[in-house]
Amino acid sequence: MNLKTFKEFLIEKLIFLSGVTSIMLVILIFIFLTKEGLSLFKAVSLKDFLLGHYWYPISEPSQFGILPLILGSLFVTMGATIISVPIGVASAVYIAEIAPPRMKEVLKSGIEILAAIPSVVIGFIGMTTLVPFVKNALNLPTGLTAFSGSVMLAFMAMPTVVSIAEDALNAVPKKYKEAAFALGATHWQTIWRVVLRAASSGIVAAIMLGIGRVIGETMAVMMITGNAARIPTSLFQPVRTLTATIAAEMGETVQGSDHYHALFAIGIVLFVITFIINLIADFAVHRKLK
Amino acid sequence: MVERIKIKTADLNVWFNVIPSLKNIDIEIHEREILGIIGPANSGKSTFLRCLNRFNDLYQSFKMQGKIFIDEMDIYANIDVWGLRKKVGMVFALPVVLPLSIFENIAYGPRRHGIKNKNRLADIVENTLKAAYLWDEVKDRLDSSAMKLSGGQQQRLCLARTLAVEPDIILYDEPCSGLDPISTAKIEEAMVRFKEKYTQVLVTNNTKQAARVSDRTAFFLMGELIELDRTEKIFTNPIDQRTDDYISGRFG
Repeated sequence: MNLKTFKEFLIEKLIFLSGVTSIMLVILIFIFLTKEGLSLFKAVSLKDFLLGHYWYPISEPSQFGILPLILGSLFVTMGATIISVPIGVASAVYIAEIAPPRMKEVLKSGIEILAAIPSVVIGFIGMTTLVPFVKNALNLPTGLTAFSGSVMLAFMAMPTVVSIAEDALNAVPKKYKEAAFALGATHWQTIWRVVLRAASSGIVAAIMLGIGRVIGETMAVMMITGNAARIPTSLFQPVRTLTATIAAEMGETVQGSDHYHALFAIGIVLFVITFIINLIADFAVHRKLK
Repeated sequence: MVERIKIKTADLNVWFNVIPSLKNIDIEIHEREILGIIGPANSGKSTFLRCLNRFNDLYQSFKMQGKIFIDEMDIYANIDVWGLRKKVGMVFALPVVLPLSIFENIAYGPRRHGIKNKNRLADIVENTLKAAYLWDEVKDRLDSSAMKLSGGQQQRLCLARTLAVEPDIILYDEPCSGLDPISTAKIEEAMVRFKEKYTQVLVTNNTKQAARVSDRTAFFLMGELIELDRTEKIFTNPIDQRTDDYISGRFG
C-alpha cells in the first residue's frame, strides 16, 4: 500500500468514524435512559406513572404520578405555539416576500440575536417584567403562571420558526410567483394562495421544530411558571413542566432510589415526545404532493 | 386593408443595470394578428414581451424610456397593473403549473378576479381546456395534481389557465421550446384558431414556427428591431441582409 492510498484510507475511516459518533451517542444515551428509567416500573405501574394525579416523590408513601407535569408541559407548549406560530410565520413572510433588501438584513440579524439570548436571561427578564405585570393586570394571586411561561417561551421558539419558515418560503421557485402574477393575481393573493401553499410542508416543519424547542426548554420555565405540581385547569395557574421537575429535583435524590428512577422515566417520556415531534416534522418535509 | 392597432410602442428603450437591452423600438401590433418575434439569444425579444404586461417591473434593475400603448392607453402611466396582467395573458417557455389540482390551476385566475360560483368555474374550466385541446385527455381526472401531467399537457394547461382570465392579448415566450412535435402542433393549432378572438405575440427561437403561424414577423438583433413585415416577405424576400443571414441559418 503506497502513501497516497493509505492517506485516502485513513481519511475515509476518520470521516466514517465522525459520522457514526453522533448515532452511537444517541444510542448510548437511549440505553442509559432506558436502563435507569425502566427500573422505576418495578415499584410503580406504568398506568399509575403516566396517569397518576399526584407527584409526591418524597412523602411516605411516595407517589409518582406525572399527569400534572405532562399537562403542565402541554399547557405551556400550547400557549407558546399559539403565540409564536402566527407571529413567526407572518414575519417569515414579511422577510422573504415583502421586506426591501436592507430591512431584510436588519430583521434577519435581529432574529439571530434573539436566538442567541440565553434562556436564563429570558427567564430573568420575564420574572422581573412580565410576571408582576400579569399578576396586576389580571388580578391573580401570583404572576407565575403557565401563561407567563408561554409568552416568554414564544420568544424562544420564534427564531426557529422564522428562520426555517423563511428558508421554506425562499425555496419556492420564482416561476410560481411569475405564473400567478401573469394571471393578474395581486402580491398578497400570490403569497396566500401560491407561495404559502407551496411552502406548506416546510412551514409545518418549522412549527414542529419550534414546538420541540419549547418542550425541551427548562431554565426559563422553571423561573416563571411557578412549579406547582398540580393538575392545571387554566392557563393562568402555576404549572410545573416535565423538564423543570428533572432539573429541580435531580440534585436532591439518592442515586438508585425510586425517585431517581422516576426522574429518568420522565426523561424517557420527554425523549418519546420530542422523537414524535421530529418524526412529524420529518414527515412534513418529505411529504410529496398527492 | 386598414387594421386596428392594438399595441403600439413609441421610442421604447430598456436598460438592465445601465446595460441597454432594447433600443428605440417602434412597433405597431394589429388587433387579432399573430406577430412572431424572432432573433438570436440576447436580442431583447423576451424583454420586449415582458414590457407589454409590465413583467419587467419585478426586476429592480429595470429602467425604461418611451411609451407603450394598449388600446390607446399608456400602460406605464399610473394604472391598475393587476388589471393589465389580466387583460394581457402570458405563456412561459417552460410550463409552470401551480402545485394544485388541474381544476384549481385553471380556477385560480378567475377566483382571484372574484368568480366564486362553482358552476361558473366548472364551465370556465371545461371551455378553456377544450380550447387548449386538453379536455379529452384530462376530463376524468380534474382533481388530480397538475404536476403529474406530461410537459406538453402542462403547457396546454398553462394556455387554458391564461384563457380563463379572459384576456385580450396573449403573449407567448418561446412556448414550445421544451415540447415534442405533436404537442407543439397542438399548441400552434390552438394559436391559429385563437385569431378569432385574441391578439397574439409569439416570441420564438424556432424560425420555422414563426413562419408557420404568424401573420407578420419581426426580427430583433442586439436590442434593435431590424425588420418587420408580412411573414411571407420576411421569409422569402427580406430587405435587410442580417435578416436573410439569420433565417437562412448563417448565424444565431
